[in-house]
Amino acid sequence: MTSVVATNQTILVVGGGISGMTAALEAAETGKQVVLVESNPYLGGRTVQLYRYFPKMCHPTCGLEINLRRLKANPRIQVLTLAEVTGISGTKGAYSVSVKLKPRYVNSNCTACGECGKAVQTEIDDAFNYNLGKIKAAYLPSSMAYPQRYVIDPSIIGTADADRAKAACKYDAVNLDDKEEVISLNAGAIVWATGWQPYAAEKIVYYGYDRFPNVITNVEFERLADPHGPTGGKILRPSDGKEAKNVAFIQCAGSRDENHLRHCSRFCCMGSLKQTHYVQEAFGDAGKSTIYYIDIRAIDRFEDFYQKVQANPNVSFVKSKVARITQDKEGNPVCNGVNVEGYKRYATAHDLVVLAVGMEPSVKGIDIPAEVMSDSSGFIMADPANAGIFGAGCATNALDVNRSVQSATAAALRAIQVVNKVARAEV
Amino acid sequence: MSDLNQKMAAKYQNNFLKEIEEQAEMGEWVKMCMQCGLCSGSCPTNFQAGWDHPPQELFMMIRAGKRDEVLKSNSMWMCTSCYNCYVRCPRKVPVTHVMHGIAEYAYRIGQSPKNQPTQHLSKTFWDNCTKTGRVNEVKLTQSLYFKDGIGSGIKKAMEMQSVALGLVKAKRLNLLEAVGIAHKCKDIKGIHAMLAKANELEAKRKAEKAEA
Repeated sequence: MTSVVATNQTILVVGGGISGMTAALEAAETGKQVVLVESNPYLGGRTVQLYRYFPKMCHPTCGLEINLRRLKANPRIQVLTLAEVTGISGTKGAYSVSVKLKPRYVNSNCTACGECGKAVQTEIDDAFNYNLGKIKAAYLPSSMAYPQRYVIDPSIIGTADADRAKAACKYDAVNLDDKEEVISLNAGAIVWATGWQPYAAEKIVYYGYDRFPNVITNVEFERLADPHGPTGGKILRPSDGKEAKNVAFIQCAGSRDENHLRHCSRFCCMGSLKQTHYVQEAFGDAGKSTIYYIDIRAIDRFEDFYQKVQANPNVSFVKSKVARITQDKEGNPVCNGVNVEGYKRYATAHDLVVLAVGMEPSVKGIDIPAEVMSDSSGFIMADPANAGIFGAGCATNALDVNRSVQSATAAALRAIQVVNKVARAEV
Repeated sequence: MSDLNQKMAAKYQNNFLKEIEEQAEMGEWVKMCMQCGLCSGSCPTNFQAGWDHPPQELFMMIRAGKRDEVLKSNSMWMCTSCYNCYVRCPRKVPVTHVMHGIAEYAYRIGQSPKNQPTQHLSKTFWDNCTKTGRVNEVKLTQSLYFKDGIGSGIKKAMEMQSVALGLVKAKRLNLLEAVGIAHKCKDIKGIHAMLAKANELEAKRKAEKAEA
């Protein structure tokens, strides 16, 4: 049985991405007890799946490392991975929360030596790389994964592969009898930071994401550019592995669309502007980027970044929402539409099309197992009816990393105020 | 007709957007367009050969107050009502219906292009099918083919000969319709009464709007 120490003065943080980690650290560093619950086997969420950040083009691993150092140095945070909140009862200052823990089949003896991964033969989709490649069914989710511990995929439990993993382990870290369990814990306040997921691009039927191999999403493109990604950082298109030197970015793929996501996802314009840098860096003047847009929303201080990309002669902008993607005989995706500047039709072939898909909340407000107010897109709204539950980061709105951290710090402060009140009452 | 045009032009002065919003059916949607171009891109008609302006350009022209250019344009009349634009519009603008609304308004105030084939078909089709409640295919075809005179009418009829014969063989076309022996509704009087009432209501509604 997993044991967790939690009282009504504990703050529960749901979601271990950049927002959840920030909220947990900010609260713990003021002396509060924190339980951090994460459904993945590792912390860091979507942020660690990025290659670089805008606007400074630095690597997320850097920020993650700082946060992990803070986390490891802080005894007040208890981290539960592979954990999901299934029920919340009680009231502000006295919540009772049930948490389902999925088995990892690897205990804390693990040194991440990798012998089990070598022994196992079955391969599964590489979720960390958005299923662009395959990994062994005993795996370390990413090189930066925290906890730095292997995971055995449930699909091989009960097969000879699982026994091979166990036999290969020199540290007695593999426990094939690991079972799913449900634990219950107390909390005075809850920070809900379950983040976002990319919009399901196949729903935008006329872009053919599920029909054309060379139409990918922006989050997948991050993995292609990352040296730890499936192509070792080479921008190769999926159909034939050819270098994608002529890349189209389609903005508002699903966002600002009453038929898909009603809201502007805010980060995708900057995301695509950033990704033109990847093309430029990989191929120099041979790398061409084309951004198809309705209007570029490089908010406040990001305008500088936009202007610098505009000045790059290898990046062109077409004011038009692409109406249809087709494929030519060479397997090149062809963007079809009407350019609003001049109202002329175009049909332009590219090596690769990147759909700048938007954000939707991973857990929609209505699916949170407590009474929480949310807007029509499912983002949590600040409302007194939420009582001691506070949304943070992308669970509350479509935000970039910077704004997620601000939002998480604010949520931590609100949660601290609740548990302070509890503490005064209990003295 | 042109009286109504002058009246409307005087009423709205330079605010053509307001004129369309108030007088054309579904015109209130024009301001919702965000100029993304998905409607034009999704349009199956090759508007650069046939159309003056694709939908989102037309919407922008309305906002820019280009009254004559919009009303006299053939663009609205080229719409085939496939509804691709309507289905895909990110702002849920009923583009197809807006196009028809503007076309009807232009026609109503006598500004629509003269001898425009779609307009001619619409009018002929309506007159034809409301007469008996059923379309008289032979007469409809005749009035379309001979629209531009006897010579071109005969030429077109010859071109379409094999299609017509096929239709006759398949019993989809009755040549006796040419002399008025045609399929019709049982209660023609009832249909006429119904259409007269509908006309009356629509005319009243539009007159009220024009006077408002």
